[in-house]
Amino acid sequence: MNLRVNIREPYFTKVFKPAVFVLALLPLALLGWGVWQDTLGANPIETITRSLGEWGLRFLLLTLLISTLRRATGWGQGVRMRRMLGLFAFFYGTLHLLSYLWLDQFFDWAEIWHDIVKRPFITMGMLAFVLMMPLALTSFKAAIRKLGRQWQRLHTLIYPLTMLVVLHFWWLADSKARTVMPLVYIVLLALLLGERLFHWLRSLNKTPASRRSRSLPAGYAASRVIAQRRP
Amino acid sequence: LPLMAQAKSAFSTDEEQTPFEDITTYNNFYEFGTDKGDPARYASSLKTTPWSVTVDGECEKPGKLNLEDLLKPHSTEERIYRLRCVEGWSMVIPWQGFPLADLLKRFNPTANAKYVRFETLVDPDQLPGQKRSVLDWPYTEGLRMDEAMHPLSFMATGLYGKDLLNQNGAPLRLVVPWKYGFKSIKSIVRISFVAEQPDTSWGRSAPEEYGFYSNVNPDVDHPRWSQRKERRIGEFRKRETLPFNGYAEQVASLYSGMDLRKNF
Repeated sequence: MNLRVNIREPYFTKVFKPAVFVLALLPLALLGWGVWQDTLGANPIETITRSLGEWGLRFLLLTLLISTLRRATGWGQGVRMRRMLGLFAFFYGTLHLLSYLWLDQFFDWAEIWHDIVKRPFITMGMLAFVLMMPLALTSFKAAIRKLGRQWQRLHTLIYPLTMLVVLHFWWLADSKARTVMPLVYIVLLALLLGERLFHWLRSLNKTPASRRSRSLPAGYAASRVIAQRRP
Repeated sequence: LPLMAQAKSAFSTDEEQTPFEDITTYNNFYEFGTDKGDPARYASSLKTTPWSVTVDGECEKPGKLNLEDLLKPHSTEERIYRLRCVEGWSMVIPWQGFPLADLLKRFNPTANAKYVRFETLVDPDQLPGQKRSVLDWPYTEGLRMDEAMHPLSFMATGLYGKDLLNQNGAPLRLVVPWKYGFKSIKSIVRISFVAEQPDTSWGRSAPEEYGFYSNVNPDVDHPRWSQRKERRIGEFRKRETLPFNGYAEQVASLYSGMDLRKNF
Protein backbone atom coordinates (compact mmCIF):
# COMPACT_ATOMS: atom_id res chain seq x y z
CA MET A 1 0.00 0.00 0.00
CA ASN A 2 1.29 3.44 -0.83
CA LEU A 3 -0.74 6.36 0.44
CA ARG A 4 1.70 8.91 -1.00
CA VAL A 5 1.94 10.45 2.42
CA ASN A 6 5.49 11.67 2.02
CA ILE A 7 6.20 15.16 3.21
CA ARG A 8 7.80 17.38 0.61
CA GLU A 9 11.41 18.38 0.96
CA PRO A 10 12.73 20.55 2.41
CA TYR A 11 9.76 20.65 4.81
CA PHE A 12 10.51 17.19 6.12
CA THR A 13 14.11 18.01 7.02
CA LYS A 14 13.67 21.64 7.94
CA VAL A 15 10.28 21.63 9.70
CA PHE A 16 8.83 18.21 10.42
CA LYS A 17 11.86 16.52 11.92
CA PRO A 18 12.86 19.48 14.13
CA ALA A 19 9.23 19.74 15.27
CA VAL A 20 9.27 16.08 16.32
CA PHE A 21 12.54 16.74 18.15
CA VAL A 22 11.01 19.61 20.11
CA LEU A 23 7.85 17.60 20.84
CA ALA A 24 9.98 14.75 22.15
CA LEU A 25 11.49 17.11 24.71
CA LEU A 26 8.07 18.28 25.85
CA PRO A 27 7.51 15.54 28.49
CA LEU A 28 10.76 16.54 30.17
CA ALA A 29 9.86 20.22 29.98
CA LEU A 30 6.46 19.51 31.52
CA LEU A 31 8.05 17.60 34.38
CA GLY A 32 10.45 20.47 34.93
CA TRP A 33 7.55 22.92 34.90
CA GLY A 34 5.68 20.68 37.36
CA VAL A 35 8.61 20.70 39.77
CA TRP A 36 8.90 24.47 39.46
CA GLN A 37 5.17 25.05 39.99
CA ASP A 38 4.79 22.22 42.52
CA THR A 39 1.97 20.56 40.60
CA LEU A 40 3.27 16.99 40.62
CA GLY A 41 1.22 15.98 43.66
CA ALA A 42 2.10 14.78 47.13
CA ASN A 43 4.90 12.50 45.94
CA PRO A 44 6.59 14.35 43.07
CA ILE A 45 9.64 12.09 43.00
CA GLU A 46 7.50 9.03 42.35
CA THR A 47 5.69 10.93 39.60
CA ILE A 48 8.99 11.94 38.00
CA THR A 49 10.52 8.45 38.10
CA ARG A 50 7.41 6.78 36.69
CA SER A 51 6.83 9.38 34.03
CA LEU A 52 10.42 9.21 32.77
CA GLY A 53 10.25 5.42 32.59
CA GLU A 54 6.97 5.44 30.76
CA TRP A 55 8.25 7.92 28.21
CA GLY A 56 11.31 5.74 27.63
CA LEU A 57 8.99 2.85 26.83
CA ARG A 58 6.77 5.01 24.62
CA PHE A 59 9.76 6.09 22.53
CA LEU A 60 10.89 2.48 22.16
CA LEU A 61 7.46 1.60 20.79
CA LEU A 62 7.49 4.66 18.51
CA THR A 63 10.90 3.53 17.22
CA LEU A 64 9.44 0.13 16.43
CA LEU A 65 6.39 1.71 14.85
CA ILE A 66 8.41 3.39 12.09
CA SER A 67 9.02 0.35 9.89
CA THR A 68 5.50 -0.96 10.55
CA LEU A 69 4.19 2.38 9.31
CA ARG A 70 6.38 2.14 6.25
CA ARG A 71 5.03 -1.27 5.36
CA ALA A 72 1.46 -0.29 6.15
CA THR A 73 1.30 3.09 4.44
CA GLY A 74 4.36 3.39 2.26
CA TRP A 75 5.57 6.33 4.33
CA GLY A 76 9.29 5.79 4.13
CA GLN A 77 10.54 9.07 5.57
CA GLY A 78 9.97 7.89 9.10
CA VAL A 79 13.09 5.79 8.80
CA ARG A 80 15.07 9.01 8.82
CA MET A 81 13.69 9.81 12.27
CA ARG A 82 14.11 6.38 13.75
CA ARG A 83 17.56 6.99 15.17
CA MET A 84 16.32 10.18 16.82
CA LEU A 85 13.36 8.36 18.38
CA GLY A 86 15.59 5.53 19.55
CA LEU A 87 17.99 7.99 21.14
CA PHE A 88 15.09 9.69 22.90
CA ALA A 89 14.12 6.27 24.31
CA PHE A 90 17.68 5.99 25.58
CA PHE A 91 17.57 9.56 26.88
CA TYR A 92 14.39 9.02 28.92
CA GLY A 93 15.53 5.56 29.99
CA THR A 94 18.79 7.03 31.29
CA LEU A 95 16.96 9.78 33.20
CA HIS A 96 14.60 7.15 34.62
CA LEU A 97 17.56 5.08 35.81
CA LEU A 98 19.25 8.17 37.24
CA SER A 99 16.12 9.15 39.14
CA TYR A 100 16.06 5.65 40.66
CA LEU A 101 19.77 5.71 41.55
CA TRP A 102 19.64 9.20 42.96
CA LEU A 103 16.18 10.13 44.20
CA ASP A 104 15.16 6.63 45.26
CA GLN A 105 18.42 5.14 46.51
CA PHE A 106 20.67 8.18 46.98
CA PHE A 107 23.51 6.17 45.42
CA ASP A 108 23.47 3.59 48.19
CA TRP A 109 25.31 1.04 46.02
CA ALA A 110 24.94 -1.85 48.46
CA GLU A 111 21.19 -1.35 48.52
CA ILE A 112 21.07 -0.94 44.74
CA TRP A 113 22.98 -4.19 44.20
CA HIS A 114 20.65 -5.89 46.65
CA ASP A 115 17.72 -4.64 44.59
CA ILE A 116 19.21 -5.82 41.29
CA VAL A 117 19.87 -9.37 42.45
CA LYS A 118 16.75 -9.76 44.55
CA ARG A 119 13.96 -8.07 42.67
CA PRO A 120 13.09 -9.35 39.21
CA PHE A 121 11.56 -6.08 38.04
CA ILE A 122 14.71 -4.15 38.90
CA THR A 123 16.84 -6.87 37.30
CA MET A 124 14.86 -6.56 34.08
CA GLY A 125 14.99 -2.79 34.03
CA MET A 126 18.76 -2.84 34.52
CA LEU A 127 19.27 -5.50 31.87
CA ALA A 128 17.15 -3.52 29.43
CA PHE A 129 19.31 -0.48 30.06
CA VAL A 130 22.51 -2.47 29.56
CA LEU A 131 21.16 -3.80 26.26
CA MET A 132 20.23 -0.29 25.16
CA MET A 133 23.73 1.06 25.67
CA PRO A 134 25.44 -0.61 22.68
CA LEU A 135 22.58 0.56 20.47
CA ALA A 136 22.99 4.16 21.57
CA LEU A 137 26.78 3.94 21.27
CA THR A 138 26.62 2.64 17.68
CA SER A 139 23.97 5.06 16.51
CA PHE A 140 26.30 7.42 14.67
CA LYS A 141 26.91 7.14 10.95
CA ALA A 142 30.51 5.96 11.11
CA ALA A 143 29.50 3.05 13.32
CA ILE A 144 26.67 2.10 10.98
CA ARG A 145 29.04 2.11 8.02
CA LYS A 146 31.81 0.31 9.82
CA LEU A 147 29.66 -2.44 11.31
CA GLY A 148 27.59 -3.05 8.17
CA ARG A 149 25.49 -6.17 8.53
CA GLN A 150 26.75 -6.62 12.08
CA TRP A 151 25.05 -3.32 12.88
CA GLN A 152 21.70 -4.67 11.74
CA ARG A 153 22.14 -7.79 13.80
CA LEU A 154 23.19 -5.78 16.84
CA HIS A 155 20.21 -3.49 16.58
CA THR A 156 17.71 -6.34 16.64
CA LEU A 157 18.47 -6.13 20.38
CA ILE A 158 15.65 -3.61 20.46
CA TYR A 159 13.20 -6.54 20.47
CA PRO A 160 14.37 -8.36 23.59
CA LEU A 161 15.11 -5.12 25.40
CA THR A 162 11.65 -3.70 24.75
CA MET A 163 10.14 -6.96 26.00
CA LEU A 164 12.21 -6.58 29.15
CA VAL A 165 11.01 -3.01 29.64
CA VAL A 166 7.39 -4.05 29.26
CA LEU A 167 7.90 -6.89 31.75
CA HIS A 168 9.70 -4.47 34.09
CA PHE A 169 6.57 -2.32 34.11
CA TRP A 170 4.23 -5.30 34.44
CA TRP A 171 6.15 -6.81 37.33
CA LEU A 172 6.26 -3.53 39.22
CA ALA A 173 2.49 -3.49 39.35
CA ASP A 174 2.24 -7.23 39.97
CA SER A 175 -0.65 -8.40 42.07
CA LYS A 176 -1.11 -5.07 43.82
CA ALA A 177 -2.79 -2.52 41.63
CA ARG A 178 -2.78 -4.56 38.47
CA THR A 179 -3.57 -1.46 36.51
CA VAL A 180 -4.43 -1.25 32.86
CA MET A 181 -1.38 0.58 31.51
CA PRO A 182 1.21 -2.23 31.67
CA LEU A 183 -1.26 -4.41 29.81
CA VAL A 184 -1.81 -1.74 27.17
CA TYR A 185 1.93 -1.62 26.46
CA ILE A 186 2.14 -5.41 26.31
CA VAL A 187 -0.64 -5.44 23.72
CA LEU A 188 0.98 -2.64 21.68
CA LEU A 189 4.32 -4.46 21.65
CA ALA A 190 2.60 -7.71 20.71
CA LEU A 191 0.93 -5.96 17.77
CA LEU A 192 4.24 -4.49 16.57
CA LEU A 193 5.99 -7.85 16.86
CA GLY A 194 3.04 -9.68 15.32
CA GLU A 195 3.13 -7.41 12.29
CA ARG A 196 6.80 -8.24 11.80
CA LEU A 197 6.17 -11.94 12.08
CA PHE A 198 3.31 -11.67 9.61
CA HIS A 199 5.45 -9.66 7.20
CA TRP A 200 8.36 -12.06 7.51
CA LEU A 201 6.22 -15.15 6.91
CA ARG A 202 4.64 -13.52 3.89
CA SER A 203 8.02 -12.58 2.46
CA LEU A 204 9.17 -16.19 2.82
CA ASN A 205 6.36 -17.26 0.52
CA LYS A 206 6.65 -14.50 -2.03
CA THR A 207 10.31 -13.68 -2.42
CA PRO A 208 12.95 -15.84 -4.00
CA ALA A 209 15.60 -16.97 -1.55
CA SER A 210 18.20 -14.57 -2.92
CA ARG A 211 16.11 -11.57 -1.97
CA ARG A 212 15.07 -12.73 1.45
CA SER A 213 17.44 -10.34 3.13
CA ARG A 214 15.15 -7.51 2.08
CA SER A 215 12.64 -8.58 4.63
CA LEU A 216 15.06 -8.07 7.47
CA PRO A 217 13.28 -5.79 9.88
CA ALA A 218 15.17 -3.36 12.09
CA GLY A 219 18.20 -1.48 10.91
CA TYR A 220 18.08 -2.52 7.32
CA ALA A 221 16.31 0.46 5.92
CA ALA A 222 18.35 2.90 7.96
CA SER A 223 21.61 1.50 6.69
CA ARG A 224 20.21 1.60 3.16
CA VAL A 225 19.41 5.28 3.45
CA ILE A 226 22.90 5.95 4.66
CA ALA A 227 24.33 3.83 1.89
CA GLN A 228 22.38 5.72 -0.75
CA ARG A 229 23.64 9.02 0.57
CA ARG A 230 27.20 8.02 0.13
CA PRO A 231 28.88 10.21 -2.43
CA LEU B 1 -10.90 26.41 68.52
CA PRO B 2 -12.46 23.09 69.54
CA LEU B 3 -9.19 21.32 68.87
CA MET B 4 -7.40 23.09 71.69
CA ALA B 5 -9.98 21.80 74.15
CA GLN B 6 -9.03 18.22 73.36
CA ALA B 7 -6.58 16.60 75.71
CA LYS B 8 -3.19 16.07 74.15
CA SER B 9 -2.69 12.35 73.91
CA ALA B 10 0.51 10.84 75.25
CA PHE B 11 0.47 8.65 72.13
CA SER B 12 0.72 11.63 69.79
CA THR B 13 3.93 12.40 67.98
CA ASP B 14 5.21 15.96 67.77
CA GLU B 15 6.73 15.34 64.33
CA GLU B 16 5.81 17.76 61.59
CA GLN B 17 2.33 17.04 60.29
CA THR B 18 1.72 16.26 56.63
CA PRO B 19 -0.28 19.04 54.93
CA PHE B 20 -4.04 18.51 54.72
CA GLU B 21 -3.82 18.85 50.94
CA ASP B 22 -1.44 15.87 50.67
CA ILE B 23 -3.38 13.69 53.12
CA THR B 24 -6.57 14.24 51.13
CA THR B 25 -5.22 13.93 47.57
CA TYR B 26 -2.71 11.07 47.78
CA ASN B 27 -4.66 7.99 48.79
CA ASN B 28 -4.90 4.26 48.31
CA PHE B 29 -8.59 3.44 48.32
CA TYR B 30 -9.10 1.00 45.46
CA GLU B 31 -12.87 1.25 45.82
CA PHE B 32 -12.45 4.50 43.87
CA GLY B 33 -9.65 3.43 41.55
CA THR B 34 -6.03 2.33 41.73
CA ASP B 35 -4.40 5.70 41.01
CA LYS B 36 -3.39 7.74 44.04
CA GLY B 37 -5.49 10.64 42.75
CA ASP B 38 -8.62 8.56 42.03
CA PRO B 39 -10.08 8.63 45.57
CA ALA B 40 -10.01 12.44 45.72
CA ARG B 41 -11.40 12.60 42.18
CA TYR B 42 -14.26 10.12 42.54
CA ALA B 43 -15.08 9.82 46.23
CA SER B 44 -18.00 12.24 46.08
CA SER B 45 -20.21 9.37 44.86
CA LEU B 46 -20.09 7.81 48.33
CA LYS B 47 -23.05 8.78 50.51
CA THR B 48 -22.16 8.63 54.20
CA THR B 49 -25.57 9.68 55.56
CA PRO B 50 -27.42 7.62 56.54
CA TRP B 51 -24.78 5.12 57.62
CA SER B 52 -25.06 2.09 59.79
CA VAL B 53 -22.65 -0.44 61.21
CA THR B 54 -23.48 -4.05 61.97
CA VAL B 55 -21.73 -5.60 64.96
CA ASP B 56 -22.07 -9.36 65.19
CA GLY B 57 -20.34 -12.63 66.02
CA GLU B 58 -18.97 -13.72 69.36
CA CYS B 59 -20.48 -11.05 71.59
CA GLU B 60 -23.41 -10.64 73.94
CA LYS B 61 -24.92 -7.52 72.44
CA PRO B 62 -24.80 -7.75 68.65
CA GLY B 63 -26.80 -5.27 66.63
CA LYS B 64 -27.10 -2.89 63.74
CA LEU B 65 -26.50 0.67 64.84
CA ASN B 66 -26.90 3.83 62.91
CA LEU B 67 -23.79 5.98 62.99
CA GLU B 68 -25.17 8.55 65.44
CA ASP B 69 -25.95 5.86 68.01
CA LEU B 70 -22.60 4.21 67.44
CA LEU B 71 -20.71 7.45 68.07
CA LYS B 72 -22.88 8.98 70.80
CA PRO B 73 -21.21 7.47 73.89
CA HIS B 74 -17.71 8.44 72.74
CA SER B 75 -15.99 11.74 73.22
CA THR B 76 -13.40 12.38 70.54
CA GLU B 77 -9.75 13.04 71.12
CA GLU B 78 -6.85 13.88 68.87
CA ARG B 79 -4.11 11.40 68.01
CA ILE B 80 -1.21 12.52 65.87
CA TYR B 81 0.05 9.28 64.37
CA ARG B 82 2.65 8.26 61.84
CA LEU B 83 1.19 6.33 58.93
CA ARG B 84 3.53 4.05 56.98
CA CYS B 85 2.25 2.70 53.66
CA VAL B 86 3.50 -0.72 52.58
CA GLU B 87 4.58 0.97 49.33
CA GLY B 88 7.34 2.90 51.09
CA TRP B 89 5.92 6.33 51.83
CA SER B 90 4.69 7.80 55.08
CA MET B 91 2.74 10.70 56.56
CA VAL B 92 2.01 12.23 59.96
CA ILE B 93 -1.74 12.67 60.43
CA PRO B 94 -3.70 14.38 63.21
CA TRP B 95 -6.74 12.12 63.58
CA GLN B 96 -9.87 12.71 65.63
CA GLY B 97 -11.70 9.75 67.06
CA PHE B 98 -11.77 7.40 70.01
CA PRO B 99 -10.04 4.21 71.14
CA LEU B 100 -11.25 1.10 69.33
CA ALA B 101 -11.30 -0.77 72.66
CA ASP B 102 -13.96 1.60 74.02
CA LEU B 103 -16.22 0.75 71.10
CA LEU B 104 -15.63 -3.01 71.21
CA LYS B 105 -16.26 -3.29 74.96
CA ARG B 106 -19.81 -1.97 74.52
CA PHE B 107 -20.79 -5.20 72.75
CA ASN B 108 -19.46 -7.51 75.46
CA PRO B 109 -17.28 -9.84 73.39
CA THR B 110 -17.32 -13.40 74.72
CA ALA B 111 -14.35 -15.61 75.57
CA ASN B 112 -14.64 -17.07 72.04
CA ALA B 113 -13.83 -13.72 70.47
CA LYS B 114 -10.18 -14.17 69.50
CA TYR B 115 -10.14 -11.84 66.51
CA VAL B 116 -12.03 -8.87 65.15
CA ARG B 117 -12.96 -8.73 61.51
CA PHE B 118 -13.83 -5.48 59.72
CA GLU B 119 -15.63 -4.95 56.45
CA THR B 120 -15.97 -1.98 54.08
CA LEU B 121 -19.20 -1.08 52.28
CA VAL B 122 -19.87 -2.87 48.98
CA ASP B 123 -21.84 -0.82 46.49
CA PRO B 124 -20.35 -0.42 43.00
CA ASP B 125 -22.64 2.56 42.33
CA GLN B 126 -21.15 4.47 45.24
CA LEU B 127 -17.71 2.85 45.07
CA PRO B 128 -17.12 2.63 41.31
CA GLY B 129 -13.74 0.90 41.69
CA GLN B 130 -15.65 -2.18 42.82
CA LYS B 131 -16.88 -2.64 39.24
CA ARG B 132 -13.43 -4.09 38.57
CA SER B 133 -12.28 -7.10 40.54
CA VAL B 134 -8.92 -5.56 41.46
CA LEU B 135 -9.51 -7.03 44.90
CA ASP B 136 -11.99 -9.46 46.32
CA TRP B 137 -14.79 -7.15 47.55
CA PRO B 138 -15.80 -6.37 50.21
CA TYR B 139 -12.48 -5.15 51.53
CA THR B 140 -11.91 -7.03 54.74
CA GLU B 141 -9.31 -6.68 57.44
CA GLY B 142 -8.72 -8.13 60.86
CA LEU B 143 -6.87 -7.78 64.14
CA ARG B 144 -6.11 -10.18 66.91
CA MET B 145 -8.25 -9.34 69.96
CA ASP B 146 -5.32 -8.03 72.01
CA GLU B 147 -4.21 -5.86 69.09
CA ALA B 148 -7.72 -4.47 68.72
CA MET B 149 -7.93 -3.73 72.46
CA HIS B 150 -4.53 -2.03 72.51
CA PRO B 151 -4.83 1.64 73.48
CA LEU B 152 -3.09 2.74 70.24
CA SER B 153 -5.81 1.15 68.06
CA PHE B 154 -8.11 3.94 67.10
CA MET B 155 -11.41 4.61 65.37
CA ALA B 156 -11.14 7.83 63.38
CA THR B 157 -14.02 10.06 62.39
CA GLY B 158 -12.00 13.12 61.42
CA LEU B 159 -8.61 14.64 60.69
CA TYR B 160 -7.23 18.14 61.10
CA GLY B 161 -10.35 18.96 63.13
CA LYS B 162 -12.72 18.29 60.23
CA ASP B 163 -14.98 15.33 59.50
CA LEU B 164 -13.20 12.67 57.48
CA LEU B 165 -13.39 13.21 53.74
CA ASN B 166 -14.67 10.23 51.77
CA GLN B 167 -11.24 9.54 50.28
CA ASN B 168 -9.86 9.10 53.79
CA GLY B 169 -12.49 6.53 54.76
CA ALA B 170 -15.52 8.50 55.92
CA PRO B 171 -17.50 8.22 58.04
CA LEU B 172 -15.62 5.73 60.20
CA ARG B 173 -12.23 4.10 59.73
CA LEU B 174 -9.68 2.14 61.65
CA VAL B 175 -6.20 3.50 62.43
CA VAL B 176 -3.54 1.01 63.58
CA PRO B 177 -0.35 3.06 63.48
CA TRP B 178 2.20 0.27 63.97
CA LYS B 179 0.93 -1.68 60.96
CA TYR B 180 1.13 -0.91 57.24
CA GLY B 181 -1.60 1.47 56.15
CA PHE B 182 -3.75 -1.08 54.34
CA LYS B 183 -4.63 -2.67 57.71
CA SER B 184 -6.43 0.56 58.64
CA ILE B 185 -9.65 -0.28 56.85
CA LYS B 186 -11.91 2.53 55.64
CA SER B 187 -15.65 3.23 55.50
CA ILE B 188 -16.53 0.40 57.88
CA VAL B 189 -20.02 -1.15 57.77
CA ARG B 190 -19.44 -4.33 59.73
CA ILE B 191 -17.45 -5.40 62.77
CA SER B 192 -17.47 -9.09 63.70
CA PHE B 193 -16.02 -10.87 66.70
CA VAL B 194 -14.68 -14.19 65.45
CA ALA B 195 -12.94 -17.24 66.85
CA GLU B 196 -10.60 -17.91 63.91
CA GLN B 197 -8.09 -15.65 62.25
CA PRO B 198 -10.11 -13.92 59.52
CA ASP B 199 -9.16 -13.62 55.86
CA THR B 200 -8.04 -10.22 54.65
CA SER B 201 -8.50 -8.83 51.14
CA TRP B 202 -4.80 -8.35 50.51
CA GLY B 203 -3.98 -11.68 52.09
CA ARG B 204 -6.30 -13.42 49.64
CA SER B 205 -4.94 -11.43 46.73
CA ALA B 206 -1.22 -12.03 47.41
CA PRO B 207 -0.56 -14.12 50.52
CA GLU B 208 3.20 -14.10 50.00
CA GLU B 209 3.25 -10.29 49.98
CA TYR B 210 0.68 -9.29 52.59
CA GLY B 211 0.57 -11.25 55.83
CA PHE B 212 -2.15 -11.09 58.46
CA TYR B 213 -0.02 -9.12 60.91
CA SER B 214 1.66 -6.72 58.48
CA ASN B 215 3.47 -4.95 61.27
CA VAL B 216 5.83 -2.29 59.95
CA ASN B 217 9.17 -4.10 59.88
CA PRO B 218 12.33 -2.81 58.17
CA ASP B 219 13.88 -6.29 58.39
CA VAL B 220 11.23 -8.05 56.34
CA ASP B 221 11.33 -6.95 52.71
CA HIS B 222 8.28 -6.84 50.56
CA PRO B 223 9.00 -9.40 47.81
CA ARG B 224 9.27 -6.56 45.29
CA TRP B 225 10.93 -3.82 47.29
CA SER B 226 12.88 -3.18 50.45
CA GLN B 227 11.10 -1.87 53.55
CA ARG B 228 14.25 -0.46 55.10
CA LYS B 229 13.52 3.12 54.13
CA GLU B 230 10.54 5.32 53.50
CA ARG B 231 9.82 8.67 51.95
CA ARG B 232 7.95 10.95 54.29
CA ILE B 233 5.60 12.87 52.01
CA GLY B 234 7.03 16.37 51.56
CA GLU B 235 10.61 15.35 52.30
CA PHE B 236 13.41 14.88 49.78
CA ARG B 237 15.70 12.40 51.53
CA LYS B 238 14.37 9.06 52.58
CA ARG B 239 14.38 8.13 56.23
CA GLU B 240 14.99 4.83 57.99
CA THR B 241 11.83 2.85 58.70
CA LEU B 242 11.50 1.98 62.38
CA PRO B 243 10.29 -1.38 63.77
CA PHE B 244 6.56 -1.19 64.45
CA ASN B 245 6.67 2.24 62.79
CA GLY B 246 8.30 3.68 65.92
CA TYR B 247 5.69 2.26 68.31
CA ALA B 248 7.80 -0.72 69.43
CA GLU B 249 7.85 0.45 73.04
CA GLN B 250 4.06 0.25 73.18
CA VAL B 251 3.33 -2.83 71.06
CA ALA B 252 6.39 -5.10 70.77
CA SER B 253 5.26 -7.10 73.83
CA LEU B 254 2.13 -8.18 71.92
CA TYR B 255 4.38 -10.33 69.77
CA SER B 256 6.90 -11.66 72.29
CA GLY B 257 7.95 -15.18 71.36
CA MET B 258 6.63 -14.87 67.80
CA ASP B 259 8.86 -15.18 64.76
CA LEU B 260 8.00 -11.95 62.99
CA ARG B 261 9.65 -13.12 59.76
CA LYS B 262 7.18 -15.98 59.56
CA ASN B 263 4.29 -13.98 60.97
CA PHE B 264 4.90 -11.00 58.71
